[in-house]
Amino acid sequence: MTDMPHPKAKTSSLSKTVLRWLLYIILCLFALYYLMPLFVMLTTSLKSLEEIRTGSLISLPRDITFDAWKTAWSGACTGIQCEGLRPYFWNSIQLAIPAVLISTLIGALNGYVVAQWRFKGANLIFSMMLFGCFIPFQVVLLPMARMLGLMGVAGTIPGLIFVHVIYGIGFTTLFFRNYYVTIPHELVKAAKVDGAGFFRIFWSIFLPLSLPIVVVTVIWQFTQIWNDFLFGVSFSQAGTQPVTVALNNIVNSTTGVKEYNVDMAAAIIAALPTLLVYVVAGKYFIRGLTAGSVKG
Amino acid sequence: MTEWLERHVPKMVLAPSFVAILIFVYGFIAWTAWVSLTRSRLLPRYDIEGFIQYERLFASPRWDTAMNNLFIFGALFIIVSMFLGLMIAIFLDQKIRAEGILRTIYLYPMALSLIVTGTAWKWILNPGLGIEAVIKGWGFESFEFNWLVDPNMAIYTVVIAGVWQASGFVMALFLAGLRSVDQEIIKAAQVDGIPTHRIYSAIIIPSMAPIFLSAFIVLSHLAIKSFDLVIALTGGGPGYATDLPATYMYAMAFSRGDIGQAASSAMIMMMVVFAIVVPYLYSELRAKND
Repeated sequence: MTDMPHPKAKTSSLSKTVLRWLLYIILCLFALYYLMPLFVMLTTSLKSLEEIRTGSLISLPRDITFDAWKTAWSGACTGIQCEGLRPYFWNSIQLAIPAVLISTLIGALNGYVVAQWRFKGANLIFSMMLFGCFIPFQVVLLPMARMLGLMGVAGTIPGLIFVHVIYGIGFTTLFFRNYYVTIPHELVKAAKVDGAGFFRIFWSIFLPLSLPIVVVTVIWQFTQIWNDFLFGVSFSQAGTQPVTVALNNIVNSTTGVKEYNVDMAAAIIAALPTLLVYVVAGKYFIRGLTAGSVKG
Repeated sequence: MTEWLERHVPKMVLAPSFVAILIFVYGFIAWTAWVSLTRSRLLPRYDIEGFIQYERLFASPRWDTAMNNLFIFGALFIIVSMFLGLMIAIFLDQKIRAEGILRTIYLYPMALSLIVTGTAWKWILNPGLGIEAVIKGWGFESFEFNWLVDPNMAIYTVVIAGVWQASGFVMALFLAGLRSVDQEIIKAAQVDGIPTHRIYSAIIIPSMAPIFLSAFIVLSHLAIKSFDLVIALTGGGPGYATDLPATYMYAMAFSRGDIGQAASSAMIMMMVVFAIVVPYLYSELRAKND
């Protein structure tokens, strides 16, 4: 009697298996949904225009051709010029690297002060910086355009670096501050007793501990700056535009035949650096996202 | 002397950033606010004339469309992203094999530029060659999907692309929230024989209220700042059917040469952001100091 399997238990284990399968199917469908645009971009970029016109959006390319990639990289037209994305990709690199490094360094020092060397008013200053993270940038576009003109860097890459550093400080400071507050104050006190000064303590105690937060901050800033469009389109001119602006110009240029395969290749090229960062260091990317939003 | 220096070095390190924020955030906001009260057109003028720019703004049908779109886009974008995000997070929380890979797939759009997202969806939603053609090819000859060029529906394409980009991120937020719920309580509920959906609806989800708030803040902030996506996907068109306040502001500032309108629309945007963010920041900062 007791060995008899309970009929209800049997059906519930069956329905459990069915539910489990259903769950996996739903999750896979979602995965397809998120992957579909990437898949479509990739296959379209490998097709010829002829095949795009006659074939289906979601079919695999019959004859793989890299012509669209070549055109996107070095021949596509962004308005009057037809040099492809290459010069603009290079602009974005020249722009992103200094802007990321400078804003991260400033953020590290600021965070170190706010977390470990509190003085009267430090908290207020920090709150004011935090507030700056949330303004819609439209509200500073007009005066910034004039200011860059006054400084003589309007339409230049140094000008754009300056803008990205200024409006990145809030976030980088926040990241480092939240990381450094978890380090006990006794460490600074003990180091001070031993005669170490402000910079010595930063350099030999805090910086060596900071690798994870440096990675998070660098990734966050790089993604933000590489993907930026608003500052790029507002403060650059022909020749100094970042890659996102050039991509938009290629896609929306009205001259000649619409080359969808070139558009898609260009979009993937523009997305590659941040995608690569995501694939290599996704863990840190997510940490930055959540730190930048939940704590902010 | 060195002692004085040593004592003040932290202040001196923070000072440049403080001055920069003071000028480039607060000073600039003040400048924009000032100019929004003048008759500035192509060049800024500094004699205050009152609220004429705001009167012009509220009388403009284009601004009206932009605010309506912000409301439609914002509401749908936030609700659908939260719903999808929460649903996927709950599904992923069922001890799924390959959770890491799935999570990576769900979240990668967040690493893309909105210009890339817009470009991709513009192609997918292309009325002649995109999804429409695919479904027609499956035998549904009368299928039509031309939202991208339909002034009444175009704003919903922005929602589609926006949700695709942001819902994975909301999923990550919710998943972290689900994992932080006290496992003892859940176990106790399971022992008591409470069904799983009740455990979620009565115990887990209510305890995640702060995460809902964070997600709401981030999404509404994204929605109000949305500019790149509209530019890449619809260019604000057809006509100005998909204009948002951000694109309105940009058009006034850089192509129409109407600085007064640009400044006043930027101020409205800031007020909308602050109406949402300030109470949140205030409570966060107070909670931290307590």
